[in-house]
Amino acid sequence: MKYKAQIFLFIALAASLGVSLCAGNIDDYFLDILLNVGINVTLAVSLNLVNGHTGQFSLGHAGFMAVGAYGASIVTLQLGDHLLQIFGGGSIATALTFLIALLVGGGCAALSGWMVGMPSLRLKGDYLAIVTLGFNEIIRVVLTNTSGDGPFGGALGLKGIASYTNFFWVFGVAAVTIYVVSTMVNSTYGRGFLAVRDDEIAAEAMGVNTVRYKVIAFVLGAFFAGLAGGLYAHFRSTISPEGFNFLKSVDVVVMVILGGMGSTPGVIAAAILLTVLNEWLRDFEQYRMIVFALILIVMMIVRPQGLLPASLFQRKKKESA
Amino acid sequence: MSAKLELDNVTIQFGGLKAVGDLSFTINPGELIGLIGPNGAGKTTVFNLITGVYVPTAGRISFNGISLPGHKPHQITRIGISRTFQNIRLFPSLSVFDNVRSAFIMHLPHGIAHALVRGRAFHDEERELESDVLDLLDIFGLKDAQHTSCNALSYGDQRRLEIVRALATKPKLLLLDEPAAGMNPTEKEELMKLIRFIKGKFNIAIMLVEHDMKVVMGICERIVVLNYGEKIAEGTPQEVQKNPDVIAAYLGADHEVVGGAAA
Amino acid sequence: MTLTISYQLFLEQFVQQLLNGLFLGSIYALIALGYTMVYGVLRFINFAHGDVFMLGAFSGLYLNKWLAPMLTTLPWPASVALVLVLSMIICGALGIIIEFLAYRPLRDKPKLNVLITAIGVSLFIEYTCQLIFGATQQPFPVLIPKSNIAGIGGLTVTNVQVIVLVTAFALMLGLRFIVMGTRLGLAMRALSLNPTASSLMGVNNGVVISFTFGLGSALAAAGGILYASLYPSIEPFMGITPGLKAFVAAVLGGIGNIPGAALGGLIIGVVETLVAGYSQSLGVPSGYKEGVAFVILILILIFKPSGLLGKVEREKV
Repeated sequence: MKYKAQIFLFIALAASLGVSLCAGNIDDYFLDILLNVGINVTLAVSLNLVNGHTGQFSLGHAGFMAVGAYGASIVTLQLGDHLLQIFGGGSIATALTFLIALLVGGGCAALSGWMVGMPSLRLKGDYLAIVTLGFNEIIRVVLTNTSGDGPFGGALGLKGIASYTNFFWVFGVAAVTIYVVSTMVNSTYGRGFLAVRDDEIAAEAMGVNTVRYKVIAFVLGAFFAGLAGGLYAHFRSTISPEGFNFLKSVDVVVMVILGGMGSTPGVIAAAILLTVLNEWLRDFEQYRMIVFALILIVMMIVRPQGLLPASLFQRKKKESA
Repeated sequence: MSAKLELDNVTIQFGGLKAVGDLSFTINPGELIGLIGPNGAGKTTVFNLITGVYVPTAGRISFNGISLPGHKPHQITRIGISRTFQNIRLFPSLSVFDNVRSAFIMHLPHGIAHALVRGRAFHDEERELESDVLDLLDIFGLKDAQHTSCNALSYGDQRRLEIVRALATKPKLLLLDEPAAGMNPTEKEELMKLIRFIKGKFNIAIMLVEHDMKVVMGICERIVVLNYGEKIAEGTPQEVQKNPDVIAAYLGADHEVVGGAAA
Repeated sequence: MTLTISYQLFLEQFVQQLLNGLFLGSIYALIALGYTMVYGVLRFINFAHGDVFMLGAFSGLYLNKWLAPMLTTLPWPASVALVLVLSMIICGALGIIIEFLAYRPLRDKPKLNVLITAIGVSLFIEYTCQLIFGATQQPFPVLIPKSNIAGIGGLTVTNVQVIVLVTAFALMLGLRFIVMGTRLGLAMRALSLNPTASSLMGVNNGVVISFTFGLGSALAAAGGILYASLYPSIEPFMGITPGLKAFVAAVLGGIGNIPGAALGGLIIGVVETLVAGYSQSLGVPSGYKEGVAFVILILILIFKPSGLLGKVEREKV
């Protein structure tokens, strides 16, 4: 079907809105897990664009998430009242205010994605991983050392962020992320990402501007991570620099690896699986990261292509075509 | 406009090593030229200089009147020079179809937004492009293999696919880096036929680096011989074969080139 | 007159910071050597290296506890040497085991897979240690009775600092001897230049790789004990930050280059200490020193990716 992608997006958005309107009937604990799932899906699918499709191993996704979370929170904390007044109050005004906050957060994250992406273009593999990790650390260090009563709140972070995040926003953003990443990759234009991943020199020789592709991947990946950060901040109401450390980045990397690098359905499934697993292991917090670490090691030795690798879906599509 | 490639006193130095020195030659539109020389003579370096992988230390390279140094490899491909690699560089995770499709990216009139909006124009464009890819695969007998992973192809087919992919960029000059390497005699015969066919069908200039003298002497109209990065001879296959400098470079003694250097 | 005094004060402060940086930097250098050696033979970053450093500190703590009856009968230099050497042996063995279990199965796999495994190994060690040793800070025993050495002018230098510096340099010289003067060292160098050729020339690559891991891990363990002697409070995650900084040091010196790693370590230590020392007078929180190494990393990768002493590697087309 020709407009399959648009129909998916429309249905997903409508369904999110529908569920959101009757979210009062959902058990609080269950809703909490659902929102976590949605935010993690956004994070994993956007990181997959960078790490999976484009083959640029980034270890700094939590850094972009932090930029988005702080950007969006500062907008609602500092300007929220003004914006609500301008838009005239009511739920539409809240929605517009939140939308602006999210976009500002995403925009700041995209800008930092561009800033990290540009110098990193010459780097590959391990070097890129370390530089992105370094970026993650720099963000954390800078935020921690800001003044406690300034807009960034220092080491304690920000409190009292309005709880604007609901089912619609979380799953709406997740749906848009999935739409953008999959439509982009599944086009002739998008083959460029895979070409860059497979062989940069050959890609250049085929007229593919590898620099542009890598920058697009970094900027878009960071943008969606920023949106996820904004959603997270307005979901938890408090954020601190420690919440966006290297381990948070590793969480997202584990989702991408477990699902299968370059496989959007696989990565979505892994994000759901690991978020739920996280909940189950809540009482065994001290074992959780040991399990995650073992997943990484065992996957690399036994099944490096992930549980649901991209090739699985390619073949299926061809048979049905 | 003539799509003529001109190298004028091109030199490149890596540290203290002069890989190519004062090299000048011309490729005229529609010409089939061979670039030969002993191992390490700088043949692949010449390709890398033309395609923008390296920037010359001195000298001029121009194509179609455009000065090439300073352009990125992808820009040079857009200017109209395409290449294959000595060690095959296909996109291993992509299918045969997608390998060729990736070379069409540069012809796309629209960018990323187009792919995101997915309107009617996008679908029309993709369909048209698909039939172009399939036509090209069909010409080279790879249409039936379009869905297979390019790794699953035979060695000869992989070499062929790499040539098809390079042609998909619609070049005016095609550079082939050791296209016959690793092929058996039958495959080499087919390759010679294929190169002649491409030249006729697409009306482009071709330069090939090749060690197999039978292939080079069999199809090239003109040959440039390199040794230690410098041109030691240029001329028709017959002229080059008789050139004493060439014979000395290859064998260091008075043997006939064709018989001995093919190995 | 006042100008001369303040100038002298400034100079004293500066030299003091420089010395402090040198002590810290010598430890970074020890850790950086492990990164560089492993990179030299296997071309990958052993993410878990910082955790071996942490294990070194913990084995020092426990050895000191278990061997207490014997250690008390020895003069302190002998007991320090004993704890140091035993920890180095334990961690060297652990390094060999880690390589054998986690990295060896991936020998011919893409480098990215090995990197991901290394991250996994690192997390596994950290959280397993948290389970065993607990998450809280533990005091590190006083191995060296502390005393101030009266320096020139107003400088304060403790004997611990001097011992750290001397030990670190002695170990680096020892490493240099092993790499440049022994058959195994020759095999290591051959392997790092061309693995295929070295195995054709009769080098048992597996053994050499194990040896390299063992050697690097032993140096990291020594670094852990020296670090804990300077900052006597240890916990399972203490290896992350020094590990990352030491990695930056290795890149700064030119990864794969042994003297480069030592030089890089010293530079990072000094720069970081200077930033911390002078940030207050500039009105900046001293916490920013934690970010210094990464800023250096990004700058070096932009302007001189091969590092100070490294060679340029070109991808063959």
